[in-house]
Formats: sequence, C-alpha cells, structure tokens
Amino acid sequence: MADRVQFELVTPERLLLSEMVEMVVVPGTEGNFGVLPGHAPLISSIRPGTIDIYEGQTVARRIFVVSGIAEVTPERCTVLADEALPPDELDRGAIEAELQTVQGNLPSLREQVARATGSERDSLLVELRRMERQQNILQAELQALAETTR
Amino acid sequence: MPSLKDLRLRIRSVRSTQKITSAMKMVAASRLRRAQEQAEAARPYAQRMERVLGSLAGRMAGLPGAPPLLVGTGKEETHLIVVATSDRGLAGGFNASILREARRRIREIEAAGKQVMLLIIGRKGRDGLRRDYGGVIRDSLTEIGRRRVSFDEAHDIAERVLVLYQAGAFDVCTIIYNRFRSAMTQIVTVQQLIPFAPAAAAQTGAEEEVGVRAGAVYEFEPSEEEILDELLPKNLAVQIFTALLENSASEQGARMTAMDNATRNAGEMIDRLTLNYNRTRQAVITKELIEIISGAEAL
Repeated sequence: MADRVQFELVTPERLLLSEMVEMVVVPGTEGNFGVLPGHAPLISSIRPGTIDIYEGQTVARRIFVVSGIAEVTPERCTVLADEALPPDELDRGAIEAELQTVQGNLPSLREQVARATGSERDSLLVELRRMERQQNILQAELQALAETTR
Repeated sequence: MPSLKDLRLRIRSVRSTQKITSAMKMVAASRLRRAQEQAEAARPYAQRMERVLGSLAGRMAGLPGAPPLLVGTGKEETHLIVVATSDRGLAGGFNASILREARRRIREIEAAGKQVMLLIIGRKGRDGLRRDYGGVIRDSLTEIGRRRVSFDEAHDIAERVLVLYQAGAFDVCTIIYNRFRSAMTQIVTVQQLIPFAPAAAAQTGAEEEVGVRAGAVYEFEPSEEEILDELLPKNLAVQIFTALLENSASEQGARMTAMDNATRNAGEMIDRLTLNYNRTRQAVITKELIEIISGAEAL
C-alpha cells in the first residue's frame, strides 16, 4: 500500500479514526499542509479548522478539529486533537448564542479573579481559563463554518 | 439463648442486607465494565502523546531555555500531592490504601524538612485527611466523575495544578491513585507529574517505537520550544485523565469484590442462623412434649 497513508485521528477519550487514505490536508498553525505517502517526518501543532480527507482527487470527508498536534512520518499521519466532530454537527445559531453568553460573562469573571485570594482564586482562574478556551473554540467553529459553506 | 422470634427477625434483617450487597455488586460490575472500556478507549491518545513528547523531551531537557514544566524549578522545597480517592465508600480497601500511602509520603516529606501541599479529589480523601493534615490541604474537589470521568474534568484539575505552579506555590507534583490490575487487585501508584518524568514513557511498551524512531529527524512547525510549551500542559491533563480512569475502574473493581464477599458472608450467616433457628424450634417442641408427658404421668 505504498500509494496510501495511514491516517489516525485520536482524541483524549477515544481513537476516532484509523484508516488508509489517499491524502489528508491538516490545518497546521503555520498553514494547511497535505500529507501524501512518503511525507518528510514532521511534528506540527494544529489550529482549529477542518481536516480534509481526499479520495480520488476530491474531498471524501471533512472533520472539524479543535487544536492539537499532528505527527507525520513517511507512512503515517497521526492527529492528536483535543476535540473532533463532523462540521455538519455545528449549528451556527447555537454557537453564536453561546459565544455571546461566554463573552458576556468574561468581564465580571476577570473582575472576580482580581479580587479573590487563596484557593477561591484558583477556582476562579480555572473557570476563567476554561471560558477563554471555550471562546476560542466557538470563534474557530464559526470560522470553520464560514469556510465550509463558502 | 435467643427466642424463636429474635432469630426470625435476625434472619430477615440479614437477608435484606444481603439483597442490598448483591445489588451493589451487580451495579459495580456493570460500572466496572464501562470504566474499563473507557480506560481502554483513552489509551491510544496517551500512548501517542507519550511517543511525541518522549522524543521531544529528550532533545530539550539539556538545553538552557527548557520550560519549567519539563525541568522543574531547580529546587524541591514544596511538594504538591494530588490524592485521588472516591466520593463513596463501601469499596473495600480502595480508599484506605491510598490514604495510607498518602500519609506515608507526607510524613516522609515533612521528615526531610520540606513543605507539603495537598490537592484532594474525592470526598473520602478529604474526610480522611482533614483531621491530621487540614492545614496543608490547598483544595479538595468532589463529584469528579460521578457518571463517567470526562476529559474536561481532568483538564480542569490540570489547570488548577498549573495555576498553582505558575504562581510558584510548589516545585514538585505527584499524584497518588490506584492502578487497575484486576477486580481483585489494585496497585497504589505514585506518579510524578511535574517536572515531567519520561520514565513513564518507557513502561508503557513504547520501547520498540523509540528504537525505530531514534534515527528519524522530525521537522517542527512552529519551533520545538513552542510545541513543547503547548504539549506539556496537555500532557499533564492526559496523565491526570489516565489516573482518574484507572482510579474509577479500580474503585468499581474493589467495590465489586467487597460486595461479593459481603454477599457470601451474609449467605453463611443466614445458613448458620437458620440452623440455629431450627434447632431451637426443635428444642422447644421437645421441651413441650416432655412437659405434657411428665404431666400425664404425674396423674
């Protein structure tokens, strides 16, 4: 199977996909890159976006990923994603609404963090970072939606 | 000598206890299966993460600009111990063995004149350590993994540890949990989380991979430092997640075994009580007969 490359998509909770594909295009932080068999060894971080799996010159499948890391060797491409889901499970309305609540909550949370001390501050900081992460993910989802519908 | 009525009541109460323990055993068995499946499913990610990180960490460890998560703060004054226990009891020696190990570690570290800080997961751990070490408990979290352990929860715990680390609150972080061997045996495991100990990578069957890839030179996009900076916190979350999964499988296994024993003991007790009951009944009948006969003879 020299003309195919082993593609694996793994999230912390499970192995999502492991199959031989013709080519995958991965959204690296420094630009998308395509992986064909015989690709030079590469470790790249991933920005939120869609992974495109190509079969017969066309996109056979797209998967939305939220940050992570890709490890590429000549025979294999492993994507360690924080989260992955098909783009058609993204719902623009729901995402926008959620983004709005998150953004609405951020300022007051920041203020609380500035005031709190001790272990209470730890909890609030954790909460704040989760919110910020959530915000980034939601924004990325919106962007991915815009790209796929275009 | 208990009366017949006492015995009857006793048998009934033991029987209802047995019903409860056997139901708990069934529940634990099905939860155990789920927990094991989940732990199984999470393994590929952890393995691949270790593979990538192992090769990166080896190259970066010696360099001067290496991140503190990898090489530590340069001292070992304060230890943060994450004690992972369960919220609920009735799980045999599950929590007791973790607490014993935690106490031992704390004593050891304090004997060496260093500081201890505790981050406790699970109600049982909190209750068990509060009396002796209440002053050094930084935080305790309960209701973790009530239904199933999710990666988000592990991520939050990791974030909490990172917040403390970045504030310079501690130098070394270890986690104590029960590794799942079988439903009968759980192994208390102490694992170092910070600084990152790549020794763990060698254990999990990554040896042959390392051998194959030693020659491979990766390109890094963006730089090695940036990827490492991104990967180390993520790896912390993954290690905590793995520990939590192992712990929940161990908890259910321990509970299943404990409840199985309890059910069997209750069965034995019922047998013994029933024998006793029948003997007593017989004795009463015999006694009454003797009384009637001797009464008739006296006439």
